[in-house]
Formats: sequence, structure tokens, C-alpha cells
Amino acid sequence: MKADPKRVLTGNHFMNGNHSATEGAIAAGCTFAAGYPITPSTEIVERIASRFPRVGGCFVQMEDEIAASICLQGGIWAGRKSMTVTSGPGFSLMMESIGLAAITEAPCVFINVQRCGPSTGLPTKVGQADMMQAKWGSHGDYEVIALAPSSPQDCFDFTIDCFNLAEQYRTPVFLMSDEMVGHMTEKVVIPSADEIELVERKYYSGSGPYLPYKAEANGIPLMSKAGLGHNYHITGLTHDERGYPVLTKEVQEEMMTRLMGKINKDADKLTRVEEHMMEDADIVLVSYGISFRMAYKAMEMAREKGLKVGLLRIITCWPFPETKVREIAKKVKSMIMVELNYGQLYLEMDRFANAHCKTGLVGSSCGEVHEPEEIFNAIQEITK
Amino acid sequence: MAEQKGKKKDPKEWRLEIDAERCKGCGFCVEFCPKNTLEMSNEFNSKGYHPPKVAAPETCTYCDMCEMVCPEFAIYAVSETQKKETHFSDEYLRMDRMPHIWCPGCGIGTVVNCLTKALEEADIPRDKTQIVSGIGCSGRVAGYVNADSYHTTHGRAIPFATGLALAAPDQKVIVVSGDGDLTAIGGNHFFHAARRNANMTVICINNFIYGMTGGQVAPTTPESAIAITTPYGAFDKPFNLPFIADSCGAEFVARWTTYHVRHLQNAIKTALQKDGFSLVEAISPCPTLYGRRNKLGDGLDLMKFYKDKSVRMKKKEHTTADADISYQNEILVGNFVDRERPSLRKAMDESLKAKLGDKYVGWPVPG
Repeated sequence: MKADPKRVLTGNHFMNGNHSATEGAIAAGCTFAAGYPITPSTEIVERIASRFPRVGGCFVQMEDEIAASICLQGGIWAGRKSMTVTSGPGFSLMMESIGLAAITEAPCVFINVQRCGPSTGLPTKVGQADMMQAKWGSHGDYEVIALAPSSPQDCFDFTIDCFNLAEQYRTPVFLMSDEMVGHMTEKVVIPSADEIELVERKYYSGSGPYLPYKAEANGIPLMSKAGLGHNYHITGLTHDERGYPVLTKEVQEEMMTRLMGKINKDADKLTRVEEHMMEDADIVLVSYGISFRMAYKAMEMAREKGLKVGLLRIITCWPFPETKVREIAKKVKSMIMVELNYGQLYLEMDRFANAHCKTGLVGSSCGEVHEPEEIFNAIQEITK
Repeated sequence: MAEQKGKKKDPKEWRLEIDAERCKGCGFCVEFCPKNTLEMSNEFNSKGYHPPKVAAPETCTYCDMCEMVCPEFAIYAVSETQKKETHFSDEYLRMDRMPHIWCPGCGIGTVVNCLTKALEEADIPRDKTQIVSGIGCSGRVAGYVNADSYHTTHGRAIPFATGLALAAPDQKVIVVSGDGDLTAIGGNHFFHAARRNANMTVICINNFIYGMTGGQVAPTTPESAIAITTPYGAFDKPFNLPFIADSCGAEFVARWTTYHVRHLQNAIKTALQKDGFSLVEAISPCPTLYGRRNKLGDGLDLMKFYKDKSVRMKKKEHTTADADISYQNEILVGNFVDRERPSLRKAMDESLKAKLGDKYVGWPVPG
């Protein structure tokens, strides 16, 4: 299905990442959003508040992030593409609600414009230290899908992708943005509506009773919404395909196998990476988000000095591109993660790569991006 | 159910039926029958409870008191001519999940009866009914009522309901949850939803305790009552829920006990007919924890206490500020507040319309 032209700001824009994410959500058909102000994400909900009434949508500012992250799930079951937006401290507050969305298989989008933590930290400065939290933040086991934009253009494009993936997999999906990408202003090309492909929610339309967790062949159950007369029950308790709580080992195992399997089985299909100058590379920088832009510059500097450096850009952080990393690790001498934390996606890269090549990390969490020189020097250090 | 509403039943067409297997022997029906029609029997059902028996069928006036007050949906009037074969709540229940988990003498089932009767009387169609609950014994209501229902996280039924009501404005959204869920962990959301006059009816089943987790103190536990986390007696002043809802701006605020089934049913019906935020506090027995730890007897003893110690509020004498509850003292009951002001949905819509004029796309739009 194509986007609605009335919801797409087709044209060339000079727009910041946060505003681009808003336009992506609107183009994707999001008609419900709940939010709470938190730097550096607030521009997203500010623009939503002003745009939604003009294009069709309801935005409500709630009393805290816990309320926002649950309120949007009411919107989901009303039959709407729904989202919320936050940063580190709010992301922490939302974790219980994320678990509810995961176990109830609510298709929804959470945008985290990461800042430097921990705790209140450096509220106006960049960070990428919530990456593990996106996967492990709520208690218990569950799988997520997360994308990391590196530019305002990505913010537009990937927000649409997040909504599509949410509907496809009936799961919460995360746009792991960061303050630098969110606040930078660049050219954003918004195509015409008929060039934007949308995935629509699949509803049950059979004549028998609706079973909210009876999987289709692809492992994903059909949705319903309020008022269709299905009289469904949705619970955060372990449940069977009727949606009824059944607190036994058998039902838990069956539910978990399907819940995690529906994403895991497509991990390779979901993998999105970009390879730069990889054909003859001995040393591969690995990065995402704003750090990718710095790493790219460092790669160029290294090439000028005759070093065979390539760059793997990770777009889907979760599921982590395990197969891709293993494959590259077998061909190169070292892989170096560049990220704004003390080693988060580095841990994933390392465990898949260190049997085959040397691994390293250029990590920092000081509220500022790496200088390309810093990365370049680290390449030389690590590969000594 | 073809029974005519409001019409007195002709005894010649009716008889009382008791489903002994559903009964948990709480004794509510026997005690509160105005005609002493019922007695506890000496029989046992398969779970070891004594069900009641109809000792004097000729005295029954089919007033429905027993059917309303029974928390197990075990006693009900039947009539072939009026085509009623089961308890009136059955058609609202997920019968494949019965029996429910609530204890003998727990009042939650009674509140369910008041809710189902109110839904019927307010003519709210099933496919417009949304039940949202939190965690706790009272939160399990969502699992048993056969409508679109949501058993959400602890304390978060109200923000979920806020979103659901805004995003599906044609639906009637009803929150049913307990006192701990709604006013402790859920307190912040409670205040804001009342302040904003969010579009929902909240039924707070108040048993003065955290039941599901084993009887810990709640913000509604009366001072000096024993709870397992205040084993020497609670020392906090408890919340006065009608006062809070009133002061935050709720449109309709009522408190009744599970003894006052008719008033509770009518209060819920009135609440359902409001557009904005309405609160019905239903004081309900928790015999297993609150009753037992405080040596107050069983569910029936607590119900008798409600009957004896409830005082009807008088509009000229009482405001919600008088509705404090202290240990084993009078409980002020009544419909405290009934007013109108723009609900959240309406206020949002009108404000956007006024500011944007024909640039406002309007709400709702298709999802």
C-alpha cells in the first residue's frame, strides 16, 4: 500500500533529524502519538503536536514517560499506528511498558534520541549508550528490532521502515537515534507518496472466534481492534493462543518459542548494513548512528595514508548482524567498533569476530563525537 | 435475556435455581434476603462448601437481591416463559474461564454483577465496551468479562484507557481495578485523568489491602489496621478517594459498598452515561487477608459491618471532604458529585477547531 499524498511533504527540505522523523511517522500513517518532553527528543513531539491536527492525528502529552509508553498501546488496540518519543531517562522509565508491548505483540514504534548518561548525565549532549538497553532493558527474554539513523534523511526513511517492521512482525520497533543526528540540519528529500511503500496491519476477518495469539504460517498472529466484536483478552501474563492466562511450563515454552522465533528466524533477512571500501580491506571499522560519520572520515584519512581500511555501517542494530560480522571477520585482520559508549555493540561484534580476527573498540562517552584523528590514531594503535 | 426491565416478577412464572457447584458458601444470599427465603443447607458440594437451599420458596418475591449479591453467580431466578435460564451475568462472562479465582466471601464477583447489570441498563452494546484493568485481584475482572479486555501493567490501566478512549472515541472505556493498583502505583495517572476529565469510567474496588500479593498495606488501609507490611498496625492516614477525585475535577464521584448492590449498580450506570472521568469506589470485603489479619471475621461479617456502619451522605450536610475512612468506623456512602464539564476528548477537539478553523482535519480519522 502507498502512502497518502496528503500526509507526505514531498520535496527537498533543509530539516533537522528530529523533524524529519516526525515527517516519516506522518508519511507512514501514524495517527496516534503520546509523549513527554525530554531533551534532545522534544522537537519530535513538538512538531507532531503542530502537524497532527492538520493532517489527521491525535497527539497527547501525558504526565510521564510511563504513561506515554502505555497510552500509545491503547492507541494500538484502537487500530492505529502509534508511537512515542524519548531519550535515556525516559527510555528507562518505559521499560516495563516495552515488555508489555513485546508479550502482547503490539506493533508500535519507540524513538530514542540518545543523549549522554548515565542518569541525568549531559542532557543536551550526544550519546549512544542505550544500545544494549534497547535489547535487554525490560526484564525477561524478548526480541526487538532496532534501526540506527546517521542523518536526517535516515530519520525520515527509517521511521517509515520502523512502522512497516512493527506491522510486519507485530512487535515494538526502536529507532535508536542520537542527539547529533536529531539536531543536525541537512538536506532531506521526501519523495512523492506513491514512492513510499507502507505495510498495513493485518486483521482477522474469519467467522469463528478470534484467537489473538494463533500464529499464521509466518509465526505471526493476526491483529484485531476495539469494537470489531471479537471480545478478545489481552494480558501481560503468559497466555495461550486464546489470549487467556495459563501459567504453566508448557504454555510458557510454546509462547516464548514463537515470540522469539518470529524475529530470530528472519535475523538475516532483517540485517541491513552498508559496506564501504571493503573489497580489499584488512582493517574494518564498524559503526552506526552519528559515529558512522566520524568513522567514515577516519577511513578516508587512513586510505590516504595507504592503509587498507574499510567501514561496515550497521543499520539494524537488533537483531545484531551476526552472520555478516562472522563472514567479514574470517576475511580481515581486525574489526574495530566506533561508538559513543564504553563498549556496547562492541560486545556483540567481539563475540562473533574474535575467533577469526583481532577486535578493538574506539569508545567514549563524554558528550562529544569522536574526532576522526582519534579514530585514525586508534586504528594504528590497535593494529600494531 | 427477554426479561422486561423494571417490571416486578410474577412469582408464578419464576423459581430460584442454585448451582451448588459454583457456590463457595459465603452466606451473602441467606443473610441479605429480605424475606428469609433461603437457608444454608447441610449438603456439601464437591469442593466442600455448603450451598444454600430455598427453604421457603413461597416467600420469594424475586427481588433479585441474592442474584445481585452472589459473587459466584451461583444463585439466580429462572423462568421458562420469560426465557431466563442462567445468572444474568453469565452472558457477560467468559464461561470457559469459570470458576474465577476469587476467594469465598470476596466481593469482586458482586461488583461484576453490578457492572453487568449497569451495562445492560445503560444499553451499552458489547462491541462498544472496553474493559481495562491493572494488576491485582480486582484486575482479574478484565479476564472474566467477555468484551474487548486488557489486563495491563500494575497501575497503568488509566493511561492505557486514556489512549484507547482518545484513539477509539466511539468506544465506552471502563477501568476496573483495585485500590492499590489505582491509587498507589497508579496514583499519578489517577490524578491527571481526573484533572483532564479523561473519557473513562473508573470502578475502584477498594478492599483496603493489596490482596493478590498476600495482604500488604495500601494507601487506603485504615490507620491501626494490621497488614503484613505493617504488622504492628498501619500508621499512615489513608486516602479519601472521593475527595481526591472530586478535587481533581472528576465529573461523577460515588462510593458504595458491595452490600449496597442496587445503589452500586445505579451509580455505575450513571457513571457509564457520563462522557468524562467518573469514579465509582466499591468498598468490598477481603476476608482472606484484611478480614482475617484484623480478626474481623469472614466476608459475611465484613458485609454485615458495611450494612451496619454505612451512613448515607446528605447533600446539605456532607461533601467529599467528610468521606475519610477510619478503622471500623462509619463509612460515608452516596453519589457525591455529579457535574458536567468538557471531557478531554471534547476539550481537545474544540480547542483545535477554534484555533485552526478549516485547517483542522478533525478527529477521529480512519486508523
